[in-house]
Amino acid sequence: MRCPRCGAALHLRRPDSVSRSWAFLIAAMILYVPANMLPMMKTSSLFGSQSDTIMSGVVYFWTSGSWYLALIIFFASIVVPMLKMIALAVLLVSVQRRSRWQQEQRARLYRLVETVGRWSMLDIYVVAVIVALVQLKALATIQPGPGAAAFGAVVVLTMFAAMAFDPRLIWDAREEKHG
Amino acid sequence: MGALVACHECDLLQREVPLRGGGVARCGRCGAELYRDRPASIDRSLALTAGALLLFVIANSFPILGLALQGQVINTTLYGAVQRLWDEDMKSVAALVFATTIAMPALELLALAYLLAPVRAGRVPPFFALVFRMLQAVKPWGMVEVFMLGVLVSLVKLAHLAGVVPGIAVWSFAALMLVMAALTSVFDPRALWKSAELAGAAR
Repeated sequence: MRCPRCGAALHLRRPDSVSRSWAFLIAAMILYVPANMLPMMKTSSLFGSQSDTIMSGVVYFWTSGSWYLALIIFFASIVVPMLKMIALAVLLVSVQRRSRWQQEQRARLYRLVETVGRWSMLDIYVVAVIVALVQLKALATIQPGPGAAAFGAVVVLTMFAAMAFDPRLIWDAREEKHG
Repeated sequence: MGALVACHECDLLQREVPLRGGGVARCGRCGAELYRDRPASIDRSLALTAGALLLFVIANSFPILGLALQGQVINTTLYGAVQRLWDEDMKSVAALVFATTIAMPALELLALAYLLAPVRAGRVPPFFALVFRMLQAVKPWGMVEVFMLGVLVSLVKLAHLAGVVPGIAVWSFAALMLVMAALTSVFDPRALWKSAELAGAAR
């Protein structure tokens, strides 16, 4: 069925919303582990080589005095993805159980997840810019690490999971009870 | 009686009410925004789109940052960074960065221009509905503002290493980010369709 004006596909509810959303979410959760454990950047210099994971990047900023940046990266790359995944799991479980608990708050939670998700891309852009600049062959070279690919996948998968989830399901429970 | 509208987020059917100066209509049940009063939407959106396109071209033609170390200066444009990621065998990340900072914003701006300009002149361009749907699909994937913060963080991180010089593109991207944010609040898809239908009917 399509909209008579603009041709967009119309659905009563997003097709297979819960199962698709879970699939993306679980894949994201699985990849979240290597994203944090594998290095995002590998620095090779005269002093040897060094691998940087997301967390070690945060620690670096903190110990070198840039607290704001340490907090920004900590939030964008560790807190936001984790909260996003937890929030999506909460939304999915509550919808599957046809819960009528805190519907308005869950609706707001969904909106928050949708808005905030993109900011986890931050670290990927940092890696891209730094890697492109530090190419002083003799002195220091920085290469991107596999952690970046895993992390990119996590961000994309959580975005797909949020897009697959149909917020209208939150409100269906109320209507069912009133039959 | 106003027309019926269904809330996108909770599916409640409600009647449209007329809005006054800059008001917002929210769903009575879940609080989601239903529609908003955006005066002179088409004119303002078109002006912002033109500005954004210009800024986009500038931002991608010039280097973002320059690193000066031991007399050597290395510059990179955004595309240069994508290229480097690609060469370093991080092809998926390169594609992701390219998509979210170059391709999607470009498609969004070009689609807006394609839809707005003819409609403002009273004509409906071919494939109007298709381009409109593409615009809606592409919007969530443009992340210029996150990229800007990323550049800022990189700047500080590299400042520890060596002299970092912000390039022309930084200012252009920053301005682009602001203009695109303004576009989000000014562009009204409902107004666009109303004008398009009028233009189509006038044929």
